[in-house]
Amino acid sequence: MAEVTLIEGIRQAMDEELARDERVFIVGEDVGPRGGVFRATEGLYEKYGGSRVVDSPLAELSIVGMGIGAALYGLRPICEIQFADFIHPAFNQIVNEAAKMCYRSNGAWTVPMVIRAPYGGGIGGGLYHSQSVEAFFTHVPGLKVVVPSNPRDAKGLLKSAVRDPNPVIYFEPKKGYRLIKGELPEEDDLLVPIGQASISRQGKDLSVFAYGMMHYYTLQAAEIVAEEGIDVEVVDLRTLLPIDEQTILKSVEKTGKALIVYEGNLTGGYGAEISAILAEKAFVSLDAPIRRLAGPDVPAAPFSHPLQDWFMLDVSKIAAGIRSMAEY
Amino acid sequence: MSIEVRMPQLGESIVEGTITKWLKEEGETVEEFEPLLEINTDKVDTEIPSPGSGTVLKIYFGEDQTVQAGTIVAMLGEPGESVPDSTAIAPVKKAPPTEKPAEAAPSPVKITSASDRFISPVVARIAVEREIDLSQVSGTGREGRITKKDVLAFIEAEPHTAPWEEPGSGELFRPSEEVYGSKGLPPRSSSARAGSVLPITIIRKSIAEHMLRSRKTSPHVTTIMEADLSRVVAHRSEQKASFKRDGVKLTYLAYFVRAAVAGLKEWPIANSSWADDGIHLHSKVNIGFAVSMKEEGLIVPVIKDADQASLLGLARSIEDLASRARDHQLNPDEVQEGTFTITNHGGSGSLFATPIINQPQAAILGIGKVQKRVVVLEAGPDAGNRTDAGHHSDAIAIRPMVYLTLTFDHRILDGAIADYFLNTVVSRLENWG
Repeated sequence: MAEVTLIEGIRQAMDEELARDERVFIVGEDVGPRGGVFRATEGLYEKYGGSRVVDSPLAELSIVGMGIGAALYGLRPICEIQFADFIHPAFNQIVNEAAKMCYRSNGAWTVPMVIRAPYGGGIGGGLYHSQSVEAFFTHVPGLKVVVPSNPRDAKGLLKSAVRDPNPVIYFEPKKGYRLIKGELPEEDDLLVPIGQASISRQGKDLSVFAYGMMHYYTLQAAEIVAEEGIDVEVVDLRTLLPIDEQTILKSVEKTGKALIVYEGNLTGGYGAEISAILAEKAFVSLDAPIRRLAGPDVPAAPFSHPLQDWFMLDVSKIAAGIRSMAEY
Repeated sequence: MSIEVRMPQLGESIVEGTITKWLKEEGETVEEFEPLLEINTDKVDTEIPSPGSGTVLKIYFGEDQTVQAGTIVAMLGEPGESVPDSTAIAPVKKAPPTEKPAEAAPSPVKITSASDRFISPVVARIAVEREIDLSQVSGTGREGRITKKDVLAFIEAEPHTAPWEEPGSGELFRPSEEVYGSKGLPPRSSSARAGSVLPITIIRKSIAEHMLRSRKTSPHVTTIMEADLSRVVAHRSEQKASFKRDGVKLTYLAYFVRAAVAGLKEWPIANSSWADDGIHLHSKVNIGFAVSMKEEGLIVPVIKDADQASLLGLARSIEDLASRARDHQLNPDEVQEGTFTITNHGGSGSLFATPIINQPQAAILGIGKVQKRVVVLEAGPDAGNRTDAGHHSDAIAIRPMVYLTLTFDHRILDGAIADYFLNTVVSRLENWG
């Protein structure tokens, strides 16, 4: 098995899906000859041509609107939003049109569309290139929301997303594009099902729920505290919507403690939902208050590096959170 | 918003602190980090800075009060803000226990008795499901909280924590009151069922502390002999009526005290105490005897100068002390200065036991149940005292027998000396008259 980067897993998924199904096409800013600002689509324009890998204007609303129309027409669009921070102009298209189409048409019309959006901070991106916006979308029934944390899941989830009959928002931890490496099995058609969390580290003292970049950090923090005798179970949520309640509840029934780590703002963030599920359905298994470790409630990621360090969660902050909960 | 001021934990092993001085009074304002109170723990004296700025709204514990670490000792905030009248956590040290143990024993059935530790949902559930008495579980979590791990480890360590609810079959497994009759044994309290908690009374606590201390202090060794009480029984039947005329109940215990006195006189080392500067041989012979107060516990009144008393005097002392012990009427000096102790565990049917030494004494004599048994009476010149005159061959007889067990402090007594002492006691009993 070859060790590849996370972004290579994403690129391979698109390559394979473009080859497998001629209805699949990519649309986004600079995805064509440039190969995307992060090089996720590198080589695809050359391989599949300008009608399958389409450069769009700098207008997210139109990228998604185009995707919805194409999907209704029977195509399988992969829309790239260059930074998740810029997804908001398309919010109306996503929430009011894409998410509701199947329901509104009583199942007659669906929107088999993927929206890829790099998210997350810690890259010196400041206000407009650092946000974690998943919680806006996990509030919307009709959408599926996916966040991979390793190359294998990145590839398998994206291929599943392309084949899903309904809209899937696929958030990519951009700091981890080249930082996160992993083995990619040379399977012909690697698919990772949407809607299943994965236990990425077995443990018995407490459960940490994370996804994307925070999951990558959490695994490292778990190794550090393991040397101190704290046995952490790490659950990679992978799919945020629909939620894999069974895996979450089972883990906490085993460990009795739950720490939820997410990069977005604390208040109204995705971790609040996990916390609520546990409080409602795992109360009698809890041995400690559920805790969220999240980004601070400030309007945006600071550009100054020291302030960015304060703003961002990292391995040592997560390890400290784990220790505090283990000691409770 | 009000700010809680808590007793800090100033070291790993320090669980409580004593407030020595309040530097601010209620109503005064204080700045964050400004010294607010002085505390003393068994290791340090220190000033505690205020955790925030505001007005001292309420001081819950006065000077010289000792509270557990984590206890809210004061509240700060804006003037006029309402704060609770008291904090949930009680001070550690209560007033000296002047009340009688019986009154100090309410019978609440609640999850914890000794402290107000937070019980998490999962711990509460496990405790109910597995019928665990959480007061028996020690907590390793924050501020002594019982964690899920603690309760699971407790179950692992003691799979049979429930009291004797399903006895096994066979004589060995039957409760002694069934085997030996119900004399003296209290019925099992209904509140002792699994899952409930009996509060620890003062007397229970002091017994527990003493027993543990004794076990840790003295290397305990027990030696067992038996005595033929034919002559004692005969003497007692003869004398009982005349003692009764004197208003005294003649019990076997008086004989055992008398025999023990004889042993102590002959082997004074058994009437001693270990100390750093040497073994203190006691000039007085003060014999304590254990009186059961049934479920409440037991107490050991002391017969002072037992070597000066006649059998009548001993019987009278025993009756008087025992009855006042059961009525909680003993004076404090009547349970002190014992130099040797006798425990009559035979009263509840026990044949022999291995009692724990009453510190700082050298030994304790356990008396088993007097029981008629078949014994072999040996003939010959070296025959023991049991052989009746005139028998020239071994014979089988039915005799009232008793096992005497001596638990001694091996620092003071070696096995041989302990046996010599016990032989003297046996000999005195067998040759009564």
